[in-house]
Amino acid sequence: MSVSEDRLKSLLVQGLAGDATAYHVFLKELSAHLRAFLRGRLTRLPDEVEDLVQETLLAVHNQRHTYDAGQPLTAWMHAIARYKLIDLLRRRAGREALNDPLDDEAAVFAASDTEPADARRDLAKLLEKLPDRHRLPIVHMKLEGRSVVEAARLSGMSEAAVKVGVHRGLKALAAMIRGER
Amino acid sequence: MKTDDLITILASGAAVEPHAWQRRYLLALGWGLSFTMLLMVILLGVRADSAEAVHFPMFWLKLAFPSVLLMGALLATVRLSRPGGRLGRAPLAVAAPVIAVWLISAMVLINAAPAERQQLIFGNTWMSCPLTIAALSVPLFGALIWAMRGLAPTRVALAGAAAGLLAGAGGALIYALHCPEMGAPFLGIWYVLGMAIPAAMGAVIAPWTLRW
Repeated sequence: MSVSEDRLKSLLVQGLAGDATAYHVFLKELSAHLRAFLRGRLTRLPDEVEDLVQETLLAVHNQRHTYDAGQPLTAWMHAIARYKLIDLLRRRAGREALNDPLDDEAAVFAASDTEPADARRDLAKLLEKLPDRHRLPIVHMKLEGRSVVEAARLSGMSEAAVKVGVHRGLKALAAMIRGER
Repeated sequence: MKTDDLITILASGAAVEPHAWQRRYLLALGWGLSFTMLLMVILLGVRADSAEAVHFPMFWLKLAFPSVLLMGALLATVRLSRPGGRLGRAPLAVAAPVIAVWLISAMVLINAAPAERQQLIFGNTWMSCPLTIAALSVPLFGALIWAMRGLAPTRVALAGAAAGLLAGAGGALIYALHCPEMGAPFLGIWYVLGMAIPAAMGAVIAPWTLRW
């Protein structure tokens, strides 16, 4: 547990300072922990696990500026995962009655599960619904791995607009996920 | 889309501006308080006898009380704005000035002649005071909700209440420059009520406005 805390924390701190490789490894390892954590708590809703992993990853990314390096990563991560889990259960409340314990903070990094099931929601389809000013920068930069300069040239947007487009687009994607359930 | 593809999308460009959220709160406080001050000066006016009032300790207590409470509420707001943030001693920092004013009020009331007590409690403006404080807190309240929407509170209702209380304390601080009342018990009842209104409003609207 504490090994994961230290390792993931240093990866995230490097990522926030601009190290994209470290940030990639962080997200990858985090997704495995999240999968195990959520699978253990959604035993009655196994089909929802991968969707919620993706939703939580997106939230972690969109809210990464709220992480304070002086704070344990476990506490921050658990609060986000728990918030998204409760959000899901609340939306489903009435249809399902669940009594799984949610308060075990230490459990968030206790296990790791690298076998993703298929997500039911297709984020690629949601991505297509975004307006061009958000979609094009994401497609060029994030999916095709191009630089800001190239993405700006390909989309006919300014470099500043490309950066803002990626940022706003990922936020809009999270909002679409929230709204669709 | 596979989770690994999503990770690839997210992974490029992780760098964040340091201190972005501190700047957000400074902006919200600056604009909110300036606008409230403008509203007070235009709609209510600074109290006419300000020049004499500065010689009374009560004038300063009326400014100190919301100022100290504002600090406590700011601490709570900032801590509750982020996932997993812990309140720590922030509730104590909010409660301490209220308890101090209540103790001073009790002493004032005990020492006052029975005939004076009603005036000390109700003054001349008790009916308008709480609602005016609540109304003056609106600009700061809006600015703070804007700031908080850029962050990620996980205890949403509590975070909304803290932001409301902070806005209420800002409103009370500026209202004190207009308010002619000079009784500590007045402060302990009507000012506290005036600040409690936006705090309650914050808790009520937070689930809609602060979701992320």
